[in-house]
Amino acid sequence: MPVEIDIEHVARLARLALTGEEKERLSRQLPDILSHAAKVGEVAAEDVPPTAYAVPRSNVFRADEPDECLPHDAAMAGAPEVEDHRFRVPRIVEME
Amino acid sequence: MASNDAHETVIGLECHVELSTATKMFCGCPNEFGAPPNTHVCEVCLGHPGSLPVPNRKAVEYAIRIGLALGCEIAPRSLFHRKNYFYPDMPKNYQISQYDLPLCVGGHLDVEVDGRTRRIGITRVHLEEDTGKTVHPGTTGRIAEAEYALEDYNRAGVPLVEIVSEPDVRSAEEARAYLTELRATLLALGVSDVRMEEGSLRCDANVSVRSRGAAELGTKVEIKNMNSIRSVERALLFEEERQRRALAEGTPLVQETRHWDEDAGRTLPLRSKEYAFDYRYFPEPDIPPLEPDPAWIEEIRASLPELPAERRARFAEAFDLPPAQVRVLAGSTEWADFFEEAVRLGADPRAAANWMTQDLAGLLNQHRVELSGSKVTPAHLADLVRLVGEGTISSAGGKAALEEAFAKGASVEQIVEERGLRQVSDVAALGAIVDEVLAENPGPAEQFRSGKEGVIGFLVGQVMRRSGGAANPKLAQDLLRERLLTGG
Amino acid sequence: MGDPREPCDLPAHEIAARLASGEGSAGQVVESSLARIEAVDGRVRSFLAVTAEQARQRAAEVDRRRVAGETLSAVAGIPLALKDVLATRGIPTTCGSQILRGYVPPYDCTAWARLQAAGSVLVGKTNCDEFAMGSSTENSSFHPTHNPWDLDAVPGGSSGGSAAAVASGQAVWALGTDTGGSVRQPAALCGVVGMKPTYGLVSRYGLIAFASSLDHVGTFTRTVRDAATLLSAIGGHDPRDATSLPGPPPDLAATLEEGVRGLRIGVLEEGFGEGVEPGVRDRIGEAVDRLAALGAEIGEATLPHAGYTLSAYYLIAPAEASSNLARYDGVRYGHRADDPRDVVDMMTRTRGEGFGDEVKRRIMIGTYALSAGYYDAYYGQAQKVRTLIIRDYEEAFGSFDLLLSPTSPTTAFRLGERTDDPMAMYLSDVFTIPANLAGVPAISVPCGVDERGLPVGLQLTGKVLDEATVLRAAHAFEQDLGWTTRPPLLEAAAG
Ligand SMILES: [Mg+2]
Ligand SMILES: [Zn+2]
Repeated sequence: MPVEIDIEHVARLARLALTGEEKERLSRQLPDILSHAAKVGEVAAEDVPPTAYAVPRSNVFRADEPDECLPHDAAMAGAPEVEDHRFRVPRIVEME
Repeated sequence: MASNDAHETVIGLECHVELSTATKMFCGCPNEFGAPPNTHVCEVCLGHPGSLPVPNRKAVEYAIRIGLALGCEIAPRSLFHRKNYFYPDMPKNYQISQYDLPLCVGGHLDVEVDGRTRRIGITRVHLEEDTGKTVHPGTTGRIAEAEYALEDYNRAGVPLVEIVSEPDVRSAEEARAYLTELRATLLALGVSDVRMEEGSLRCDANVSVRSRGAAELGTKVEIKNMNSIRSVERALLFEEERQRRALAEGTPLVQETRHWDEDAGRTLPLRSKEYAFDYRYFPEPDIPPLEPDPAWIEEIRASLPELPAERRARFAEAFDLPPAQVRVLAGSTEWADFFEEAVRLGADPRAAANWMTQDLAGLLNQHRVELSGSKVTPAHLADLVRLVGEGTISSAGGKAALEEAFAKGASVEQIVEERGLRQVSDVAALGAIVDEVLAENPGPAEQFRSGKEGVIGFLVGQVMRRSGGAANPKLAQDLLRERLLTGG
Repeated sequence: MGDPREPCDLPAHEIAARLASGEGSAGQVVESSLARIEAVDGRVRSFLAVTAEQARQRAAEVDRRRVAGETLSAVAGIPLALKDVLATRGIPTTCGSQILRGYVPPYDCTAWARLQAAGSVLVGKTNCDEFAMGSSTENSSFHPTHNPWDLDAVPGGSSGGSAAAVASGQAVWALGTDTGGSVRQPAALCGVVGMKPTYGLVSRYGLIAFASSLDHVGTFTRTVRDAATLLSAIGGHDPRDATSLPGPPPDLAATLEEGVRGLRIGVLEEGFGEGVEPGVRDRIGEAVDRLAALGAEIGEATLPHAGYTLSAYYLIAPAEASSNLARYDGVRYGHRADDPRDVVDMMTRTRGEGFGDEVKRRIMIGTYALSAGYYDAYYGQAQKVRTLIIRDYEEAFGSFDLLLSPTSPTTAFRLGERTDDPMAMYLSDVFTIPANLAGVPAISVPCGVDERGLPVGLQLTGKVLDEATVLRAAHAFEQDLGWTTRPPLLEAAAG
């Protein structure tokens, strides 16, 4: 099964900046890997249900009881940029 | 809107409701509005590497409550999915939400418009997590002009339910009725503060206009950023008109998302995206499926309070009240409970309803307080209704007593005593006042005798004044007539 | 010179016995471990961070309690290494990635929190393939790790740093993570015991996710007994992980001595197919004979859909990874690109600069496999294959108590040999991946060396939550084999 990938589109969805050389390499490798992966289509019949969880469980809850928060300073400690007790990011132009 | 033209408007509403749990959806941070930025956060709701979500049982219970109240089926098995997209207010860059297996499906909400009941279908009710809050510092606050943005994650991970209606709403007015009813229902359920101004109820609308009777929908436009029920109504009126005009002019409509600009009073297209959204939903591997125990669901069902619609029907039936009063009284749990308590304490329902919807509502309005924030109690109302009914105080005296109770909270009996509001019905006492008034007003007395009967009102007024408002006006008039006609 | 072994070369249970009898101190043990790091890690390069000062303080604390007459836990005072994908509060945790260079977690993973509370002594954080994506530890963005048995060979991966550290006595035991074999395969290639328990037996809280439904915390030890001890110390229900299984930590040492007599062991025919090196095939054949001689009932077994496991794995794991790794965006922690134009530019370049080739490759595969129009053909189908694999195991476990195969088709390969060929690298995990898809427990236990003197690992796989049988058989085999060969690196140092 030949696989075509719009590398630019997928990279944009994944928010990944790729160099020209990386795009070229991925354009070569990904179709190979994916056509191998596409073998999954050969076996799984209609009536086989998908499995998302290896060992099934259900209804796992926590009680609605408060737990410790992080101290504010610890919450902000790793931030690349902070202003006014908030995480500062560059201007948001896309979406709203 | 004109209902007999060639087009009809089709509206579907998507409401996000923040649940009033003590803690967030997937971690133990407090779910509390208004804390200093980034103080209600932990490794889970900040999306730190390695942290994991565990669902809050109360939030699931609240979502089931909502589903049951809206007549939904509670799915025997539902899943959390990840909705993947990048946005800086979302710490993991995916939102834990529900997708093709939501918790509640297929309900309805009955709303009243123009005295008719309309049934609006509910497609689904699902659970998800809220995002953080972005502020865009800058002169105008407009996002596109801001130099940078700041993120506060206190709200990130707060439990949300998303309530999606069928495209059954046909006008802005119906949308308002739907939201009003939904809000009242959620309040009655005790699952949310539903404060639109604080964002605990948020609503988006899908609007299209099509040829009347057509099966296919017209071009769908999504409207966002409406911060009150009133702005939803305004935005829908604007958008409906815009689309109708475009159809009339033959201008093609585009499927898009538009932003409601409250100040300008119009919807504007959001910056067009480079590419369509592709959320890449897949089952959230960190959270096992929800398979609520039927016994738990029944327990929740049994604990449901009376809902506003049921209450309205009962009020109309049991108390024989006009629809307008029923709407006000049954419109909120607070008002309905207040009213019912007054009735339980012995108040005549129709009189109590009148006092509440007119005088009390007027006072609250004037002083801009909520019923719960005032000093008036159901006992005040019950005493008031009883004393006026018995004739112990006049209705003017009753108004004065209500104002005093509203301001100070003292008992009605006490106010009546202190302010001497009790009607004087003692013939001897009142007779003395009547005699004084006649002696001091020989002119009007003469006019009466010569046939100008209307002057009796002036004389009653004088008796009332002299008695400090305490005289029983009916008795005063009887005594005046008696004295004047017997020639005394 | 008698016994060339230092305290750090002993199995944990022997060290614990010495501490209990007052024959030695936790201080001495940790010093021997730190000295070994000093002596060999310049060549092996197991560690990304060595926590010498904290280790000394913790050992001193253990000794204070010991001298005061307290009964120590089985893990107290034993030098431990943690793979750098396990979050440690106050200690940098990088996942071998530039995007987390300098990141210091504000909390501890549950496994370490439990060990810490029991007196365990952390000597450092170990190297790994970036975000655990790889089978050779060459994908670390910091440096590769070398195999103590042959410094020109890879230690396996992705938990290669932990495997090499235990093999070379730098740590007595270690934790790693296993998403497709990342504990068992490096354990095999480094000649130590590597155990991946049932999915959910050990909390994943604080295990920095690669593929959530496949990720497991696993153990590296010198003996099977130590694996049982370490697993018991970290296992059991954790309310912070909704996929963690209910119940208290199991006592896995209790049944260790029960032997293999009467156990039905199925030898997987796939384990002798194409691509399996002769040296590996020979050692595994001998292991089967040995187990038969010990009284196990040997039969032939198969997982009919084994041929599809790599395909399913290379869809499910990247798909989950593409989502799990979305949080590295330069907003809250970690690397951020310079002079961003806007927030999209910032996120895009941050990720482009911060992630290495293999991580980018898998994010791209996963994003594609989940994207509109492809989900059903790729991710959806892979999840169905997963169902088939689970059914294969159920079928096989209808006839057998354990399944046996090589851990890896080859022994340690040379550094750089497979770096340009992702598919060849992915084949390293062909025997280990099925257990991740099904969540069943599996162990790799040393079974000698090949003709080049490189270790071969024997894999035993059990039923869900039947760690006890897996460990008991591995222990019986280990005792019978009595393999004591040490990496040449250590013999040279001792000599
Ligand atoms: Mg939503
Ligand atoms: Zn939190």
